[in-house]
Amino acid sequence: MSGDRTPSEDADVCVVGAGPAGTLIAHRLAEAGHAVVVLEAGPRFDREQRLERMDDALRPAHGRPEIWEMGGQRDAFTSSGDRSYPLNHARVKGVGGSTLHWQGMVMRLHERDFAVASREGVGADWPIEYEDLRPYYAVAEDALGVAGASDNPFAPPREQSHPMPAFEPSHSDAIFAEACESLGIATHSVPNARNSEPYDDRSACVGYGTCQPVCPSGAKYDATSHVKKAEAAGARVIDRVPVQRLDHDDAGERVTAAVYATPEGETYRQEADQFVLAAGGVETPRLLLLSDSPQYPDGLANSSGLVGRYFHEHLFAGTGGRIDRPTRQHHVGFNTTETHQFYDDPAGGTDGGVPPADGDAADLGAIKLEFLNYAGPSPVGAALSDGGWGDDLRDRVAEAYGNSLAVGALVEQTPRRENRVTLDRSTTDDHGNPVPEIHWELDDRTRRTLRRANEIQKAILDELDAEITWQVGPENTGPAYHHMGTTRMGTDPDESVVNGRGKTHDLANCWIAGSSVFPTGGAMNPTLSIAALSVRTAEHVRDSL
Amino acid sequence: MSHELTRRDAIAALSAVGASLAGCVAAPDSTEPLEDGQTSDTLGAHERETLVAAAEVLYPTDVTGVEDFVGRYVDGRVADRPEHADGIASAVEYLDAYCGAWFDSDFATLSPEERDEALRRMQADEAGPHPDGSDVERLRYYVINDLLLALYATPTGGRLVGIENPPGHPGGLESYQRGDQS
Repeated sequence: MSGDRTPSEDADVCVVGAGPAGTLIAHRLAEAGHAVVVLEAGPRFDREQRLERMDDALRPAHGRPEIWEMGGQRDAFTSSGDRSYPLNHARVKGVGGSTLHWQGMVMRLHERDFAVASREGVGADWPIEYEDLRPYYAVAEDALGVAGASDNPFAPPREQSHPMPAFEPSHSDAIFAEACESLGIATHSVPNARNSEPYDDRSACVGYGTCQPVCPSGAKYDATSHVKKAEAAGARVIDRVPVQRLDHDDAGERVTAAVYATPEGETYRQEADQFVLAAGGVETPRLLLLSDSPQYPDGLANSSGLVGRYFHEHLFAGTGGRIDRPTRQHHVGFNTTETHQFYDDPAGGTDGGVPPADGDAADLGAIKLEFLNYAGPSPVGAALSDGGWGDDLRDRVAEAYGNSLAVGALVEQTPRRENRVTLDRSTTDDHGNPVPEIHWELDDRTRRTLRRANEIQKAILDELDAEITWQVGPENTGPAYHHMGTTRMGTDPDESVVNGRGKTHDLANCWIAGSSVFPTGGAMNPTLSIAALSVRTAEHVRDSL
Repeated sequence: MSHELTRRDAIAALSAVGASLAGCVAAPDSTEPLEDGQTSDTLGAHERETLVAAAEVLYPTDVTGVEDFVGRYVDGRVADRPEHADGIASAVEYLDAYCGAWFDSDFATLSPEERDEALRRMQADEAGPHPDGSDVERLRYYVINDLLLALYATPTGGRLVGIENPPGHPGGLESYQRGDQS
């Protein structure tokens, strides 16, 4: 809907944010018969324009934030700390949220990830265990549509196969598999939220190769799927209505309304019995901080002082180069082989030549290694950015494309209290609200883990006699665009913002869904865990209605 | 070895840019009345001729079928994006003005060598592609990069550089598994 943006009467639940967390919850609650309103800050994008967005994405003239219309005063932010944070590259505001531009990798967290403090003495334990989330992971895999196989010897236990078969390995996977076998590294398939066959009224992947930032075919899951289902079940999704603040009752025990602005300049109050905040790891804490009141001068749900704190990410580590034969990259935009051998045991060596990390160097976070199917320059990108034309251009593109290969990695970042989202009161957005300020730095353990990832990657490429041409490690790493930790869950109200069910400690009817509740993030892409937690939280919200 | 651009390639190129396939099916009927609020979304014969002349320089010499390919591509390209047609027309106008001053001729009537020389003289090989930039930057965006995108996002263009399913082309899930180009 785009016309009527007035509040709904008698809403049971108001959800803030139409990304995967919010829409999964909206769908389930609407299906259970409850009156649900979803307030989304960004627009409802026209599906018919996805090919045009892909066209723009293929052209060097158009940057990432522009593809999904991010940027400008609406999305202004401040980055501080020793690492610049490219926030608007990392998110999409709109119906579907950041799943519109995501990669679509969907792994379960490991048992270890829920107890890092107990096991390794860093970070925090989750208030729940893998077994608590395990059944919800299965529901989430069905909901998103995951293509995967049970060939991963390092994966946590699962009860059933994935909804779709895994994508077949790529030609370059076979090259890597041989080297990894020599080194004693086990490789396996990658679970993808991408259709390997028709699923849920969406087509199988047809190989556009532009998954990030646009899947024109709809084979890659995005949250518009659950928007559609939620609306079919009776939910109301209102776009372009950024929530300005949350109001609470005189007792300070319940949220009474979400105050939102419309494109027409109106301001409305959406009242509801329950409120679910699902606006991502930056906007959710920002909204709580913007909702200060005489009773809560430091912001809502913030008696712990932890709203916005412990912002953490996954770091990218990578090593790439060239070998003496074709590697057949860029046919598809997703990966088909990984190894999680160094996830629970990042310090472990192998019989074939990866040395163990010893002593202080063995204190490491989790590492997830990815064998890229899109290493080196894209031929289209190279042709458009070269500058030349004719036979010379063809020859240069053919030379640049063809023999590249790379091993990427996600590396766990240790959550630190100092890394945080605050309000920059010196800068305001298009509604006069202070913008978010991201303060983000790396700690020694994370840097050490990045170096370790590089060491393993180099061993693999050396085994292939590759000419290594680039490496991304501690000095030049960047974020994987996974915002975690800013409203962490826990049992102690002094040490966390929400409890193990996703409800804020301070307010009886305010819930938070999304990766902001992760106390730690491991090194797995977070969206499947976001979805599993959201399905679980939806049950608790339903029980409270 | 000749690499012939086909009607199928034109459809593939249009698919990559999200354009209407109407131009690939039939030439637009210019006598059809425009609906309210609709602008003319087709390019004139001169603009089309200029794009073909540019493609003959921009594409490798062993690519054939350029005229039909460019014609079909351009028709489809501008059908859904009238602002794109305006950008192309404006770039062609600049190109002709430049060539008129230096060569006393429109771009399309120059020899291929002169066309190449004209583009280099105006430093189109060093200009960045910007839809709202300078004259040369807009030429780079609307003419040069548009035609290069049309070629290299198709199977025929991709094969020239070693990939039969280039990004932007929905070429299925077989090619990435193969060790050799089919």
